[in-house]
Amino acid sequence: MSEPLLEVEDLRVSFRSRRGTAVAVDGLSFSLAPGEVLGVVGESGSGKSVSMMSMLGLIRDPNCTVEGSARFRGSDLVGMADKDLRVLRGRDIAMIFQDPMTSLTPVYTVGWHIAEQIRVHQSMSKARARARAVELLAEVGIPDPARRIDDYPHQFSGGMRQRAVIAMGLANNPSLLIADEPTTALDVTTQAQVLDLLRRLRRDHGSSIILITHDMGVVSQLADRVLVMYAGRAAEEGPRQEVFHHPRHPYTWGLLGSVPRARAPRVRRLPAIPGSPASALAVPSGCAFAPRCRFAHDQCAERPPLAGADHLDACWLPRDRRHELRHSLDEVATAAGDPGQQSIIVPATEEFE
Amino acid sequence: MVRFALARFGAAVFVLVSISVLVFLIFFATPGVDPAARIAGRNADQATLAQVQAEFGLDQPLPVRYALMMKHLFVDRDLTSFVNRGVLVIPQIVHAVPVTLSLVLGAAVLWMVVGVAMGTLAAAWRGRAADPLIVLVGVVGVSIPVYWLGEVVNLVTQSRLHDSVFSWVPPLGYVPLTQNPAQWALRLLFPWLTLAVLYAGIYARVLRSEMMGALDEDYVRTARAKGVSERRILIKHALRCSLIPIVSLFGLDFGALVGGSALLTEVVFGLPGVGRLTYTALQNLDLPVILGTVLYAAFFVVLSNALVDLVYAALDPRVRHV
Repeated sequence: MSEPLLEVEDLRVSFRSRRGTAVAVDGLSFSLAPGEVLGVVGESGSGKSVSMMSMLGLIRDPNCTVEGSARFRGSDLVGMADKDLRVLRGRDIAMIFQDPMTSLTPVYTVGWHIAEQIRVHQSMSKARARARAVELLAEVGIPDPARRIDDYPHQFSGGMRQRAVIAMGLANNPSLLIADEPTTALDVTTQAQVLDLLRRLRRDHGSSIILITHDMGVVSQLADRVLVMYAGRAAEEGPRQEVFHHPRHPYTWGLLGSVPRARAPRVRRLPAIPGSPASALAVPSGCAFAPRCRFAHDQCAERPPLAGADHLDACWLPRDRRHELRHSLDEVATAAGDPGQQSIIVPATEEFE
Repeated sequence: MVRFALARFGAAVFVLVSISVLVFLIFFATPGVDPAARIAGRNADQATLAQVQAEFGLDQPLPVRYALMMKHLFVDRDLTSFVNRGVLVIPQIVHAVPVTLSLVLGAAVLWMVVGVAMGTLAAAWRGRAADPLIVLVGVVGVSIPVYWLGEVVNLVTQSRLHDSVFSWVPPLGYVPLTQNPAQWALRLLFPWLTLAVLYAGIYARVLRSEMMGALDEDYVRTARAKGVSERRILIKHALRCSLIPIVSLFGLDFGALVGGSALLTEVVFGLPGVGRLTYTALQNLDLPVILGTVLYAAFFVVLSNALVDLVYAALDPRVRHV
C-alpha cells in the first residue's frame, strides 16, 4: 500500500462550555490513500464535520482544543501555525460545505469567487484567473460559462451554486477534497449530478475525497471505504462492500436498517434506532452506543477498541454471532408491526439507494 | 443599472411633487384657518391682509393657488416674509444652505471614518479587551446630548482655556469656504466634532453588530477554507457586506440633518444654517419662511434617499434586478 495522503491518529476535539467539557471527537483515527474516496457517515452531532474542520483550523472558537495528530503528506495539521495552514487550505486541501445558498459572499460574482481562490495561492493576472474560472465553470457543467461567470450567486440555482463552489474548490487542483454534505441541500436530480461531478473529479484529477454525509445512498455510490462515526468515535471502518454487505457494528445495522429497500419485504414502518444520540457533554465511558443498543451487555461498560485488519469495528459482540444477531433485528422489524413504543430517532436519511 | 437609476429618480420627482402638494394643503387648506391672517403675521393691518390675499390668490380655486404658490417659490422666487417686512424668503434659504451643508458634510466624513473604523476594529477584536472598550466609548458618544456637549466645548474653547491651550480657536460663526478656506475649516472644526460624536457612536455600534453577524456567516467559513487571510476576510467579505445597512442608515441621517435636524448644533455654535433659520421662523410664526424650509428639507430627504438607493444598488447586486 502506498504512503497515505492523510493519516489521522487519536484526534480529539473538545469544547469547554459552562456545562462542562463537550467532547465532539474522541480519539478518531483513520487514514486515506491518494485517490481514495472515504465516506464518513453518522447522525448529526457525531463529529463528522467537526473532525474535518478542526484539522483545517476552521474552528475559531477559543474554547476549542484539538489534540492528536493529522499528518497530511507527513506534516502534522494539528498545532500547525494558521499562517502555514492557510497555505494548504484551498491549495492542497479544499473543503466545500453543505449549504450552497449561503456559502458564497452575496455581493461578488461567481467568477470573482473563483478568481479569488486562484489568486490567493498563485500569482496570476486577473485576466488569466478569469479565463481559468471560465474553464472551471465549464468543467463542472455550468452552461454558457463565459456569460454566467459575471452572474451573482443569487442568480444561480442551488445545484449550480454547489457546482460553482466545487469549481472553486478545484481551482488549485487540490490533492484532497473534503465535501461536507455536498448534496444535502439539493433536490434528488441535482444530487445525482453533483455526485457525478465528484466521481469525474476523482477520475480526472486523481484527488482523494472525504465525503461527509448522513446519507447511506450517497456513500454507497461513491466511497471506496466507509467510516461510521458515533458520538465522536469510529464505530466501524472498512471497504464499502464489506461495510454494506457485512456490517459488524449494531449502529451500522441500525443505519442500514433504516434505509428502505425496494426489493425487501415490505415493512409497516421503517425501523429506527431507539433513543437519541449521545450528548457530547456526557459520552458514556464505555461503548457510546450501549444505551441504545439492543445487544448491550456487561462488557459494554468498558470501551471497545477499534479492532480488525482491513474491516475494523468497535464492538464487544462475538464476531461469529454478529450475522445471526443482525438477522434477529430484521425479524423484529418485519414482525412487530408496531415499533411505535420505540422513540423515533431516524438517522436523517432523506434519500435512498 | 441606468434604468434602475432613471426609475429611482422618476419616483423621487413624484414624491417631491406630492410633498409640495401636501405642504401646500396643510398651509392653505386647513379648515378653520385663515391663511391670509397666518401669512401676514400677528396683528396685521387690513392693507397687509389685502396684499396677501392678492399675492397668493386666496380668492381663487385651490389648483390656481397651488400654481401661484409654486410660481412664487420657483419661478419668480419672490416669496416675501411679512413678519420681517419685505425680506425675500428664497435668498435666505440660499444663504443658509452652504452653512448647513458645510457642517453636515464635514461631520459626516468624520463620523463615517471614525464609526466604520471603530465598528470594524471592535468586530475584529471581539473577545479581547479592546472590544468592550470601543463599545463603551461608542455608548458614551451616543448618550451625550449634542447641545450640552456643544455648550461645554464652547465653554472650554471660547472661555476657560481660551487664553492658553485653545487660543487658536476663532470666535463662533461662519466664514464661507470661498472667502477663507482655513477660517472656514477652523470655525467648523468643533461643530463637526460635536455633531460627529453622536453619529460615530451609533454607526460604530450598528456596524459592529452587523460585522459580528457577517463573521458567523457561511461565506466567511468558505473564505477561510479557501485560504484567504483574516484581514482580507474582515474587509473584503465581512465589512463589504455589513456596509449595506450602514449606507441606508447614513442616507436617512444625512438627509434629515441637511434638512434642518442639525438645528441644535447650529444654534449652539451660532451657525446661520437652515436649522436655525427654521427655528427663528417658527418663533416669529413666519409662515412663508417655514413653507420654504419645509419644502427644502423634504427635497434633501428625498434626494439623499434616492442617492442611497443608487449606492445600495451598487453595493448589493441583489437589489438591482427588482
